Amino acid sequence: MKTIFLLLSLLPGIALAADGKLIATPGVSQIEGAAGGGLVPWAQLAGYASRDEIAVNAFASRGTLDDYSLDVFGAQLNLYDRLELSLAEQEFHVESLNLNIRQRVLGAKMRLYGDIVYSRFPQLSMGIQYKKLHDPLVANLLGAKDDSGTDYYLAASKLHLGAVAGLNWLWNVTGRYTEANQIGLLGFGAEGAGYEWQFEASTALLLGRHVAVGVEYRHKPDNLGLQEDDWKSAFIAWVPNKTISLTAGYIDLGEIAGIDDQDGLYLSIMGNF
Amino acid sequence: MTKLKTLMAIMMLCLTACAGTEQTTLYDKLGGEAGVDKIVNNLVQNIGRDEQIFHYFAEANVKRFREHLAWHLCDISDGPCTYSGDSMQQIHDGMAITERDFNHLVDLLIDAMYQADVPHPVQNQLLARLAPLRKDIIYR
Repeated sequence: MKTIFLLLSLLPGIALAADGKLIATPGVSQIEGAAGGGLVPWAQLAGYASRDEIAVNAFASRGTLDDYSLDVFGAQLNLYDRLELSLAEQEFHVESLNLNIRQRVLGAKMRLYGDIVYSRFPQLSMGIQYKKLHDPLVANLLGAKDDSGTDYYLAASKLHLGAVAGLNWLWNVTGRYTEANQIGLLGFGAEGAGYEWQFEASTALLLGRHVAVGVEYRHKPDNLGLQEDDWKSAFIAWVPNKTISLTAGYIDLGEIAGIDDQDGLYLSIMGNF
Repeated sequence: MTKLKTLMAIMMLCLTACAGTEQTTLYDKLGGEAGVDKIVNNLVQNIGRDEQIFHYFAEANVKRFREHLAWHLCDISDGPCTYSGDSMQQIHDGMAITERDFNHLVDLLIDAMYQADVPHPVQNQLLARLAPLRKDIIYR
């Protein structure tokens, strides 16, 4: 949290907010702090910075499930649409144990090629997410090997102007090399189980300039042998201007730590400066 | 005889209707010459009021800019024109237009299309035709 306030305190020093992209095209923030949908990191870098600008963004998200909830606060710094540095603080609440599992995620994403709107081929980025569990008790009890780990991913995104009945259509695919159990909240790896490639995908339709609806899919490993399920979401995002966005969604996270059918509501607010 | 007349009438109707649907170009959807002129005039006004990018146009011949832009838009939207003016590269060489300023112009163009009551899907179709030109315009 301290770091977020530090980042936010930099804001007044930036005279002009970055606005060098088409509204709604940079996406929102995903739960690990990278620019993306709610669940999946996209190839876009966070905020409206073009190659001539810097953007600072902050977000807060909450996912409320049947037996758990996940709160995330985070921020991103976008340097010249080339490098995105991000921070996310996650707090996962386990109702039955009245216990919180906190995790910090430090992320970096580099744009390798293209522009989601203008280049002929999809925008391509690679990223890393370093995760550190502050509360590793549950992870240790369940047999996780480590309380910290790093994800590596490669993402490709493209927005097709006017592609579906004249509406702008976006897709993203991400390959993630990870050993995280439930994105790291239940630790990293396990006896005899480690890094694997996971596939993630998103698609969204922009209904006008200010509203997007979409779905996401995030394939997950099952290192702990606890029937870890793939994650799915359907969302609607409202982007009234280039400073603020609100996202609401339905998330289906399946079985988590032995409790089945975890689905619920996802809400997120993001500010871009 | 009446049967033949009815048949001919139906055929005529079909011909005009079918031809109409087949040949609706993006240019038509933009409102033809009048529609494109409206968009161009709105854009010129938006640029004139804009602090960020007006300087690129400060010394431009406004009349020529209007005519050439309308000509180019007519061609690119499959209207009855063939643009043979200077290429995008020739026009923008040495102007050092940044990505930020280019994308800002796109925002002004979108505003101009809204002001001309161009429907959202038609706006996107025009943007799709224009997007590939960006590489010939920025950082030159």
